[in-house]
Amino acid sequence: MPSIPEVQAQIVDDFSFLPEWDERYAYLIELGQKNPPLPEAYRTEENIVRGCQSLVWLHRECRQGKVYLQADSDSLIVKGLAALLLQVFSGQPAQAVLTADLTFFKEIGLDQHLSSQRANGLMAMIDQIKAFAAKCAGETP
Amino acid sequence: MAIDIQKIRADFPVLGTKVHGKPLVYLDNAATTQKPQSVIDTIVDYYTRYNSNIHRGTHHLANLATEAHEAARKTVQHYVNAEHPHEIIFTRGTTEAINLVAFSFGEAFVNPGDDVIVTELEHHSNFVPWQMMCERRGANFKVIPFDDNGELRLDIYETLLSDKTRMVAFNHVSNSLGTVNPAKKIIQMAHEAGAAVLVDAAQSVQHIEHDVLALDADFYAFSGHKIYGPTGIGVLYGKERWLDAIPPYQGGGEMIDQVTVEKTTYNKPPFKFEAGTPNIVGPIGLAAAIDYLNALDFNAIMAHEDEVLAYGRARLLEIEGLKLYGNAKQRTSILAFNIEGVHHYDLGTLLDTRGVAVRTGHHCTQPIMTALHIDGTVRASLTLYNTHEDIDALVEAIHNVLKMLGR
Repeated sequence: MPSIPEVQAQIVDDFSFLPEWDERYAYLIELGQKNPPLPEAYRTEENIVRGCQSLVWLHRECRQGKVYLQADSDSLIVKGLAALLLQVFSGQPAQAVLTADLTFFKEIGLDQHLSSQRANGLMAMIDQIKAFAAKCAGETP
Repeated sequence: MAIDIQKIRADFPVLGTKVHGKPLVYLDNAATTQKPQSVIDTIVDYYTRYNSNIHRGTHHLANLATEAHEAARKTVQHYVNAEHPHEIIFTRGTTEAINLVAFSFGEAFVNPGDDVIVTELEHHSNFVPWQMMCERRGANFKVIPFDDNGELRLDIYETLLSDKTRMVAFNHVSNSLGTVNPAKKIIQMAHEAGAAVLVDAAQSVQHIEHDVLALDADFYAFSGHKIYGPTGIGVLYGKERWLDAIPPYQGGGEMIDQVTVEKTTYNKPPFKFEAGTPNIVGPIGLAAAIDYLNALDFNAIMAHEDEVLAYGRARLLEIEGLKLYGNAKQRTSILAFNIEGVHHYDLGTLLDTRGVAVRTGHHCTQPIMTALHIDGTVRASLTLYNTHEDIDALVEAIHNVLKMLGR
């Protein structure tokens, strides 16, 4: 499995072929739509990450020191952003998730969705993934 | 006197800029308005020529700055038709103005068991401060609901009023739905019950009537940045007798008369409520904005804004699956909507890539969204310089986004 920096580099590379904003968003929405739907059982209150404008459901699992994530959102764009986060983090060692530096959002010009952090819950989602990774790393001998 | 909108647009430099390579279509005026060059120049001139602290200095610059600051108070006084300049208090914005009244009026006049009435149409800034005050003072917090058209239920309001009502606080115009509330009627009913009234004029002072005497408002609050002035400056108008009767909000310099170890006596209004070095340039910039408006025919502005709003509603309703929120008989400036199957955040984000600036979300009015059973809307908010072309650009951009989303 490619490492977190490798996945981030691949995402940046993919987006570099999409100079227009519309193309980027269309691609992002496509990623979100391709993302496997979240099983109904995981659409629970405790899996909700609340943004000011959109809802994210984030399901977390820790298996053998690795973090596994599934997500969905009521917003197509946020769902696409969440799909990118899953590409980067899901299946990675908890320790690597914990220490990862998320650089790709800025490089693909979508960091405005991070800075308007209250708006879409993306920042809250990253915080929750990191907190879960810390717990997962702690549980694993 | 007709107004020349193209000439007005040319006075606002940002309206000629591009966003993401597309001409800016600015439809977020309820959040903040753009500034005419004359306001920008006035602010630059202040810092270039006569920046100084005010009210205490003995030197030339201090006198210039004090004069300009106090002249601005008179400009505001005349704009809202207040009787006296000392009835105009400068604050950080509408929010601080309302917090000031909620605190100071609450301390003096609200006791356990008393009632405070607000409406379900309020911005959080005219909701939460009263809730906090009621909690502090042991008073009851009561809310006037709105009906399916977005109009206040005055019949219910009537039943909420009693001799225990101390304060009624409401917005003249709803920032989420654009409803123009029947301010005179609401105030008259409150006064008959013996209650004082605060009008949140943040979304009305720039669009419709703004005469505190005609309204008979006890308190009236608005923000400079929503009326073409700078951010960080707001206005609280209060009737002289109320400003004399309520205690200060914050302590510090400027607001005092005599300070001794035993006791401090307070300055007179407005300074009693303006502790510390104020935002000096804010009122000067705000006065420049009001001067700009005063040079235009306000009736012509209202007619123009109404006409563009009606055009906007008609054009938006052509879009399949689009639902407009707020259908009050009296309304202004706001086009709030959702399109079936499209999240407002997605629509807002994709409109931005087309140069169209709108706001999405709950617009700091969660009680309204709860009542409508939605979690947000797209809001296009209009003002003086918006035109049919802006509406056409919005509608075209929406069609474009819908096509991109495969609809």
